[in-house]
Amino acid sequence: MGAMLNILADVGGGFWMPPQASDMAGDVDWLFFFIFSICVFFFGLILVLLVVFSWKYRYREGQPMLDAPKHNTALELTWTFIPTVIVIVIFFYGFKGYLRMSVPPPDAYEVDVTARMWSYTFTYPNGEKSDVLHIPVNTPVVFVMSSDDVIHGFYMPVFRLKKDIVPGRYNKIWVQAKKLGTFDIFCTQYCGQDHSAMRNHVVVESREDFVAWLGKLGGGSLPPAERGHYLWQTRGCSMCHSVDGSATGKAPTWKELFMTPVQAMDGSYMADENYLHDAISHPNIHPIAGFQPIMPPTEGLLNDKDIGDIIAYIKTLSSHYHPAKLPGHPALAPAASQPSN
Amino acid sequence: MSIAQDVSNQRSKPDNYLTHDRGFRSWALTLDHKRIGLLYMMFVLSAFLLGGTFAVLLRTSLLTPNHWMFPSDPAHDTQAKLFYNNMFSLHGAVMVFMFIIPAIPAILGNFMLPMMLGAKDVAFPRVNLLSFYIYMLGATFFSWVLIGGILRTAFNIHLPFGFGLDTGWTFYTPFSTSKAEDGMVAGVLGAFILGFSSILTGVNFIATIHTLRPRGMTWFRMPLFLWALYATSIIQILATPVLAITLLLLVAERLLHVGIFDSSLGGDPVLFQHFFWFYSHPAVYIMILPGMGVISEIISVHSRKHIFGYSFIALSSVALALLGFLVWGHHLFVAGQSNLADSIFSLLTFSVAIPSAVKVFNWLGTLYRGSIRFTPAMVFALGFILLFTVGGLTGLFLGALATDVPLHDTYFVIAHFHYVMVGSMVFAFLGGMYHWFPKMFGKMCNQNWGRAAAIMLFIGFNLTFFPQFVMGAHGAPRRWATYPAEFQPYHVMSTIGAYIMAISLITVALNWLAGLLWGRPAPANPWGGNSLEWHTPSPPPYDNFPTPPVVDDPYNLSAWEYDASIEGWVPRKTDPASATAPADRTRPVTH
Repeated sequence: MGAMLNILADVGGGFWMPPQASDMAGDVDWLFFFIFSICVFFFGLILVLLVVFSWKYRYREGQPMLDAPKHNTALELTWTFIPTVIVIVIFFYGFKGYLRMSVPPPDAYEVDVTARMWSYTFTYPNGEKSDVLHIPVNTPVVFVMSSDDVIHGFYMPVFRLKKDIVPGRYNKIWVQAKKLGTFDIFCTQYCGQDHSAMRNHVVVESREDFVAWLGKLGGGSLPPAERGHYLWQTRGCSMCHSVDGSATGKAPTWKELFMTPVQAMDGSYMADENYLHDAISHPNIHPIAGFQPIMPPTEGLLNDKDIGDIIAYIKTLSSHYHPAKLPGHPALAPAASQPSN
Repeated sequence: MSIAQDVSNQRSKPDNYLTHDRGFRSWALTLDHKRIGLLYMMFVLSAFLLGGTFAVLLRTSLLTPNHWMFPSDPAHDTQAKLFYNNMFSLHGAVMVFMFIIPAIPAILGNFMLPMMLGAKDVAFPRVNLLSFYIYMLGATFFSWVLIGGILRTAFNIHLPFGFGLDTGWTFYTPFSTSKAEDGMVAGVLGAFILGFSSILTGVNFIATIHTLRPRGMTWFRMPLFLWALYATSIIQILATPVLAITLLLLVAERLLHVGIFDSSLGGDPVLFQHFFWFYSHPAVYIMILPGMGVISEIISVHSRKHIFGYSFIALSSVALALLGFLVWGHHLFVAGQSNLADSIFSLLTFSVAIPSAVKVFNWLGTLYRGSIRFTPAMVFALGFILLFTVGGLTGLFLGALATDVPLHDTYFVIAHFHYVMVGSMVFAFLGGMYHWFPKMFGKMCNQNWGRAAAIMLFIGFNLTFFPQFVMGAHGAPRRWATYPAEFQPYHVMSTIGAYIMAISLITVALNWLAGLLWGRPAPANPWGGNSLEWHTPSPPPYDNFPTPPVVDDPYNLSAWEYDASIEGWVPRKTDPASATAPADRTRPVTH
């Protein structure tokens, strides 16, 4: 029976389900199709009875009604008892599967997940952060999740895994991926304007590839402005701030920002290094005219060196920045030709 | 004696409750439960139109992955998303608070409950009028706030106090207390006001059923619609106050930063969810129980057969009302509730499946060996049985923890609750309206158009919502203004279905209008029911019963026979040897 049900749950993704990328996904799909079979049986039974009775007992002129009882206690007890047994069985399998999903193995590899409106940041045991999730295949990975602002969701359909990310507490889920590839991460708890844009990816790769990728994280050896560009890409800034002058509607562009006056609700400020440092480390204290004060907190996301590197990058995007070039050292290339990750 | 007399006056009596008193004040200050029912009807149907219009707009917006209704530059992108978020919040809030919760109790319940008891009115007519005015106040205020938000986001028109609501109808914290638009407080207060209308209706119905049952009508000789309304009223008075307090706490949090729900102030966001769902889960039983009561009446009368399993149906209504209070935690399965709480709530959640299953089997048992007439009411009732079966069965996937984890907060859930709220509740409401339309208005609707509309609605409904089960199983989250392109085929099917539903509902409205204007006069008992409302002319006189009706088993349908000359049912000439045993018939109604 289990094998037959697994055939229904096409392992590569079928009519009902996305592909199964973990063993847990297989278990969940088994239960789905178990319940589905029960549903099809009962719906079919009720449909057939309804159609047959509607046809057989339709009103026909002159036909007398047949005698029928008004109640039947044996029938009542039967159709109370059988559904009760069925739902207890369903509960039991659901409960078993859930316990496996909720209790991570003690040796699971830990990735911290931080969510905010409207992006995720993943922090690895080496302290490095990324905005894309990479995990090694065939290894239990536990996600320790918290939010910086409102409740978000963390959902990976191919693993059949989901949990809300709640501010003020840690929620955990774990996975052991068995399939290589890049899969969706969706936010499932309404979190405002860009809730439907809060999408990400999980990349499942071999252990060797994962370790290599992890080593390249952080961009620690990059010069400040290049690292600032890297941080713009990976720490969520790019969700709202463009660097090419285009208007996102959510936040001011960084192009031509440095050393130009910024019109805030409480006056005008010159966007020098001090202003930029305050604007990044203490968002929204001087809300900017024409924008909602929606920048999430950066405490824990960016340390002082990170902020310094971002400021260095912002400077390179402005025509007001032309530092002297020493002989033999080429001027910094503009943002567009920075190496991408 | 008494039935024959008032039934013989079936042709339009010169004076009925509609003509008894004229002028605006006779309606605005009426104490007549029947007029109050009609006043509710006007507003509740307007709410349905409002919520439905936004459903159609939402579905239109979702035809393409990137909200094609706005230009695609970044400024408009923001505007489009704010508009969508306001739209889905308005759709949910209006439908839940202004349409579904009041619909059957305040319209059909107000009209029929006293009549089914052979009474002149409810126990507290003034409280009844008050509950209507509270509803009107809350609805006007709520709609103003919500529509103002739409006008602002879509057209940049700023109404005073037109703040809008973008939190969804569930107001989850801390988004609602710290990030949502300012309209949140006004919107919450609108819902707060509306709750009192629900509470007062519940109080009135409980008092009426306890005190105004006529002699001879014991609890187990009441029509099942009254059992359903009684169970609903219990939920209304026990659960709604919890919502009221929760909404006040929400306002306090937003305005005074008290720190109950905001984690940055030491509060717990998940606590809000517990408080909210403690009301809102029983609320869904407020929505469905009256519908089930209507179906019991329709299935019995329109198949000319005594309801099967009366006691089990009656007690299952009460069981659902009580069990419904124990399961709220299933809305928090992925919120971060403890594993133990998740497990207990899952087990308890399955318990509500049993009374529902019992009802469905008893309705099928009623059809068995009946003489089924496919009136519009019956077509809606048969549709109800099928759609409620799907809605209920899909609840099994969501009650089981392991399958709920991937399905929670996806389109699978949206499909599930629309199968029970629209496929079941709206079908029951429309069926009930068709069933009691002749009694309420003294006119008959064109039956062919009614049947056609019912079938069209059934088809459109399934086309709209069945693809959403599949889409949700594939991972499509809910409340998404834009979506990955792979989900587009499902969305397109769903939108086409929504347009078919809209056409069907417009057909129903026109069918009713045509009936009101040009329908043939209705006999006192067009369908042959035996509950007491059929023992008086259509429409009823101002004080309901010119002569007190006789209490009988409400499902003793063989007490009536068809009279083709009036196209209605008249009391069967009593043959001492036939029909009901002496013990079933008692004295005329006295209170």
